[in-house]
Amino acid sequence: MDVELSVRDEPRMIASILAGDREQYHELIRPYERSVYKMALSFMKNESDAEDVAQEAFLKAFRKLADFRGQAKFSTWLISITLNEARARLRRQAIVRMESLDESPEEGGHISPALLRDWREVPSEALERQEIRQMLQDAIANLSPLYREVLLLRDVEEFSIEETATALAITTGTVKVRLHRARMMMQKELAPKLKNAGPRRRWFQWS
Amino acid sequence: MVIECKHVWDYISGYLDDSLPAETRELVQRHLEHCQICSAILDSTRNIMVLTADDQVFELPLGFSERLHARLSEEMKNGLAVPSEDAG
Repeated sequence: MDVELSVRDEPRMIASILAGDREQYHELIRPYERSVYKMALSFMKNESDAEDVAQEAFLKAFRKLADFRGQAKFSTWLISITLNEARARLRRQAIVRMESLDESPEEGGHISPALLRDWREVPSEALERQEIRQMLQDAIANLSPLYREVLLLRDVEEFSIEETATALAITTGTVKVRLHRARMMMQKELAPKLKNAGPRRRWFQWS
Repeated sequence: MVIECKHVWDYISGYLDDSLPAETRELVQRHLEHCQICSAILDSTRNIMVLTADDQVFELPLGFSERLHARLSEEMKNGLAVPSEDAG
């Protein structure tokens, strides 16, 4: 996309939106549509609620744009708004069930990974299969919120450790601890499944 | 100094982020060189991280962008406040 190729001067875009050029907002958010939606989907677990949350987040960001002071990157700030919007929506829907958002699962102790004797690389092409995509989405959705948030920001949105800490208002140390546990939970859940879901097409060549 | 597998597991995420202190990294590295199981855990974790980050995992629904921008335009037309006017 052009937005990624051309140099985007976001502070300037934001300044001109604040000065009244509202149309610029469309351009400002274009590169982040997917990030915001992914974030929303991981919380809402269904596409239509996720789309609502994403739209609300973009509207809210517009309304609050004057509060954005450039202390973080615009994308970091936008994702934080999305996160808060999704959390608020979940509370309203009271579908939080047993997992309270404020609950702090014990952060000590080991997560034992799934033990494997060897690992054969699962290539990105495997994601062409709906069942594999679903497997990953489910694994993320099933993490408890504290771990899911950190994993999403760091490994899905590819924020740095510092940006993740800023977005969640936690320390970098806490990010590292939660990230480690989240990644181990993902490995424990997914490694055995992915191993079994291996590239069937090549079976015959190997046997 | 030699470390056991279960200690290595505590460092996998830090190892992948390259955020371990040099000595720890060295210990983990040496363990990985001869431990097939820990290497497989590391490789699978890295592989899962790569897959997780792939854009294909979360596809935007068809028409998402169009609906978003249409809604924004609509709200702006209906007086969604220009942020600077909102300040008061």
